[in-house]
Amino acid sequence: MTELAELLELWEPVIGLEVHVQLATRSKAFSPAGVVFGAPPNSLVDPTVLGLPGSLPVFNQAALALALKLGVATGSQIRAKSRFARKHYFYPDQPKNYQISQYDEPLCENGHLDVIIGGAVKRIKLTRIHLEEDAGKLTHVGAMSHVDLNRSGVPLVEVVSAPELTSSEEAAEFMRSLHRLVRWLEISEADMEKGQLRCDANVSVRLRGEDRLGTRTELKNINSFRFVQNAIDHEIARQLRLIDGGGRVERETRLWDADAGQSAPMRSKEEANDYRYFPDPDLPVLVVDGPTMGGILRAQPELPAARFQRYQEDIGLSADDARTMIGERALAEYFDATCKAHGMLKSGRTIANWILTELLGALNKAGKGIAESPMPPERLAALVRLVEDGTISGKIGKEVFEEAFAKGEEPGAIVERRGVQQISDEATLAAVVEEVVAASPKQTAEYQGGKDSLFGYFVGQVMKKTQGRANPVITTDLLKKRLGR
Amino acid sequence: MPALTRKEVEEIALLARLHLGEDELARMETELGAILEHFSSIAAVSTEGVAPMTHAVPIECPLRSDDVVTWTDAEQGLAGAPKREGDLIVVPAVIGGGE
Amino acid sequence: MSASGMERWSIAEITRRIAAGEVTAAQITEDALARIEKIDGELDAFLAVDAAGARSAAAGVDLLRTAGVALGPLAGVPIALKDMIVTKGVATTAGSKILEGWIPPYDATVVDRLKAAGAVILGKVNCDEFGMGSSTERSAYKPTKNPWDATRVPGGSSGGSSAAVAAALCTASLGTDTGGSIRQPAAFCGVVGIKPTYGRVSRWGIVAFASSLDQVGPLARSVADAAAVLQVIAGHDAHDSTSLVKDVPDFAAAITGDVKGLRVGLPKEYFAGELDAEVRASLDATIAALKDGGAELVEVSLPHTELALPAYYIVAPAEASSNLARYDGIRYGTRAEASDLLELYMKTRGAGFGPEVKRRIMLGTYALRSGYYDAYYKKAQQIRALIKRDFDEAFAKTDVLLTPTTPTPAFEFGAKSNPLEMYLGDIFTLACNLAGLPGMSVPCGFTAGGLPIGAQLLGKPLDEAVLFRTGAVIESAAALGDRRPALGGAA
Ligand SMILES: [Mg+2]
Ligand SMILES: [Zn+2]
Repeated sequence: MTELAELLELWEPVIGLEVHVQLATRSKAFSPAGVVFGAPPNSLVDPTVLGLPGSLPVFNQAALALALKLGVATGSQIRAKSRFARKHYFYPDQPKNYQISQYDEPLCENGHLDVIIGGAVKRIKLTRIHLEEDAGKLTHVGAMSHVDLNRSGVPLVEVVSAPELTSSEEAAEFMRSLHRLVRWLEISEADMEKGQLRCDANVSVRLRGEDRLGTRTELKNINSFRFVQNAIDHEIARQLRLIDGGGRVERETRLWDADAGQSAPMRSKEEANDYRYFPDPDLPVLVVDGPTMGGILRAQPELPAARFQRYQEDIGLSADDARTMIGERALAEYFDATCKAHGMLKSGRTIANWILTELLGALNKAGKGIAESPMPPERLAALVRLVEDGTISGKIGKEVFEEAFAKGEEPGAIVERRGVQQISDEATLAAVVEEVVAASPKQTAEYQGGKDSLFGYFVGQVMKKTQGRANPVITTDLLKKRLGR
Repeated sequence: MPALTRKEVEEIALLARLHLGEDELARMETELGAILEHFSSIAAVSTEGVAPMTHAVPIECPLRSDDVVTWTDAEQGLAGAPKREGDLIVVPAVIGGGE
Repeated sequence: MSASGMERWSIAEITRRIAAGEVTAAQITEDALARIEKIDGELDAFLAVDAAGARSAAAGVDLLRTAGVALGPLAGVPIALKDMIVTKGVATTAGSKILEGWIPPYDATVVDRLKAAGAVILGKVNCDEFGMGSSTERSAYKPTKNPWDATRVPGGSSGGSSAAVAAALCTASLGTDTGGSIRQPAAFCGVVGIKPTYGRVSRWGIVAFASSLDQVGPLARSVADAAAVLQVIAGHDAHDSTSLVKDVPDFAAAITGDVKGLRVGLPKEYFAGELDAEVRASLDATIAALKDGGAELVEVSLPHTELALPAYYIVAPAEASSNLARYDGIRYGTRAEASDLLELYMKTRGAGFGPEVKRRIMLGTYALRSGYYDAYYKKAQQIRALIKRDFDEAFAKTDVLLTPTTPTPAFEFGAKSNPLEMYLGDIFTLACNLAGLPGMSVPCGFTAGGLPIGAQLLGKPLDEAVLFRTGAVIESAAALGDRRPALGGAA
């Protein structure tokens, strides 16, 4: 058997993802039943959700607005007129036995997702983003399954990437970037554990250098970032071993079993589905007008990938720091606000250090998120300035930070009240140095006799006499001059 | 358009989840075949450039504001389910996922 | 004759007498229930009589009257509903075994509106299963008889609605019309039936057959009564995305008794071919009457008429195959014993649906399959656009079109055992649904054998008013008002 690594030198994996994202609406896509995670089974239903005879769908404006936000953020072409279609298959989690989805006239096409891979941004093409409704939930209990329709009818977007991802790592980063983006835009909480973000992967392999795609399999039920990587790695290996053994990859749908760490074919070929799509006659053409688009364009924030690049290029953050800083929109906005309040671009790295170490540490200890920070950006900027202009030392700065964080006070006021301003006046410090030397004849003699290690003693004495406020640089300078070494 | 084969009738019945007995299958084959034959005239109609009329009246999809209305008759809504266990509806075991 | 004589009263008469205190809604309701009890055994129009609901609605009307509260426009008017209309707490089957025993937890919008207008809902009347048929022979429960001749069908699919009105078991009824299911039974039973413009009446709570074609409408013994009922049920409903946001005009005001200057189009395709001689003669008399009344008669052509039948019998089954997918025995209705899920679906649906419904589901599934979609469903929707275009052109030079409603009067039970033959009976009514137009059937005569004949009027979208205006003139010219079927042993 050939080693997998050897096979991978010859063969290139090609991955396309279909990601379902639940839209954060209060009510369902096509009826006013509520959307709440963890509600009692079948409590979030109404005639439309249950698919009762005579019930009809009416589309939720908020779902459209959220999908449009994503469409705009991914640079997609937005259809002024898109259409809902019915996708038919019988399944107990789907009350009407068809899903309201979009087919040949989806809301968004030809967009892209900027995926952060290492320190760079790779632009992955999005074939389409369409609207649809979620299915209910099935729980298997022995020979029976239980149907809970609370999730049924929750609005979704299905984001379909082009087959442009070439490793499981890239696929996982695609998911992380999409996750970050939809949270950034407040389109979805995208909690994978709650099923708010779910992924199917189309995986194939081809000889390196070949343009044509190989036969693909569709992996379903990939419900965590870790599984994305595991499931795809497993599938790539399965396909390569199959080919290596003289076999062929069959076009099929496979279900990923995370517990077993393997996948299995989902349905037999005799049962092959024909979805019989046709335009839903209950729902007229979905029109997106100019004012709606204008509003969404105007409200569009700077996106995470753009910030990631700007933080590295304009501010000089490391890729790691830049990635941490865009982990959450509120954090990035805090950083930008602090930089703005501070006013000096070149201080960005210093500010970032204060945020990533002091602020995040303190927030973490306090069990608070960045949005609840008791230290507003203006105060942090002021503190950084106090350190930079030498008003206080870095060491004192950390103490002032802690106090400002704990008491919600202005750093300047704390410095004032505590009288901890740094002493940089040479005459004042020279007088202190004189005092210290005069009071330490023994140590002076020893130091001048060659005991270098005693220099710290003199610095300590000066600091002691000034309650730590002496400017260390000037102090060192004066001491060296006075002691003559 | 060719007449319908027995195999096609069986495939369609499976797609539509309709159990049809032997006699029903045979009847469908002849009846549907005759109907389709009768309708074959439409193939000759020139419809080039004609937009399909998906709705009887051309209107735009209305949008509902995102307000929750709690249905007070949910229990009655579920009462019609032939098999239940508490609030859950019960079906024979299904493996795997939907779509 | 009932105690009150209500079986001969118009809606205006009933509401006037109740308002004046000459009769109570309770008396009228008791008379109607008694008539159903006495006569419906001959007709089998009702699937469910809701005596308790009717009595309590009537009591409510009487209470309001004695309290001096203004009454609704249909206060105390006994009304029957086709079983395709969902009624809270009252069994709704759509004429199918698959929904046997289902008690809906909500009311259709039209039911809400009727109740709010003070109507007394007597119960649910029979229809072909899921509205698929033209005779009520396809009801899973029983066929309804034509009150004029019990060996003949009342038409369908709203055959229970037309028979109940013709036999005066109710003052008016609601039916649904996907390809003629209100107008054809109205013609067969000698009553007025209207299919409103698509989108004029809410479909919320109407069991769907073919969503882009279905409309609810009234059947009544006079044009004025039909107008009064449509007035109440018409108008925008936010529960239905295809409901039109358009004001509803005063339909009663449209009944002027005058057609002077009205341009009445006669589509030549509807008068050619195998038209029954007596139907033809009756239509000729109607045309003459309109001419006498000062209408201008214009011959028009609707060249794609012949294609309406294939287009309809592709679009309607395709949509039906989708709409009926939900009947699977999981959330409501009947469920077959099965050991696995596939078997559950197959057996439940195999046993729950009747042969006509299965046929249409099969036809529709066939037409929507990938690879067949363009040749069937898409093509049919394109033809539909051509049919609509024909009507637009015809309406450029006319105000209303006049045609026979059906090629023949009511046929005998079992006469159309071949499905295609049954479909061909709908050729005059289908195009109206495909184009979304309002249509009415109004009685215009009788055959020598005593069977009613209907004239069909087709209007421009949203112009139901012209149907009422023209229909009323046809009605008074035909002067059939006193002619009633002999029932309950009466002559
Ligand atoms: Mg998909
Ligand atoms: Zn999807």
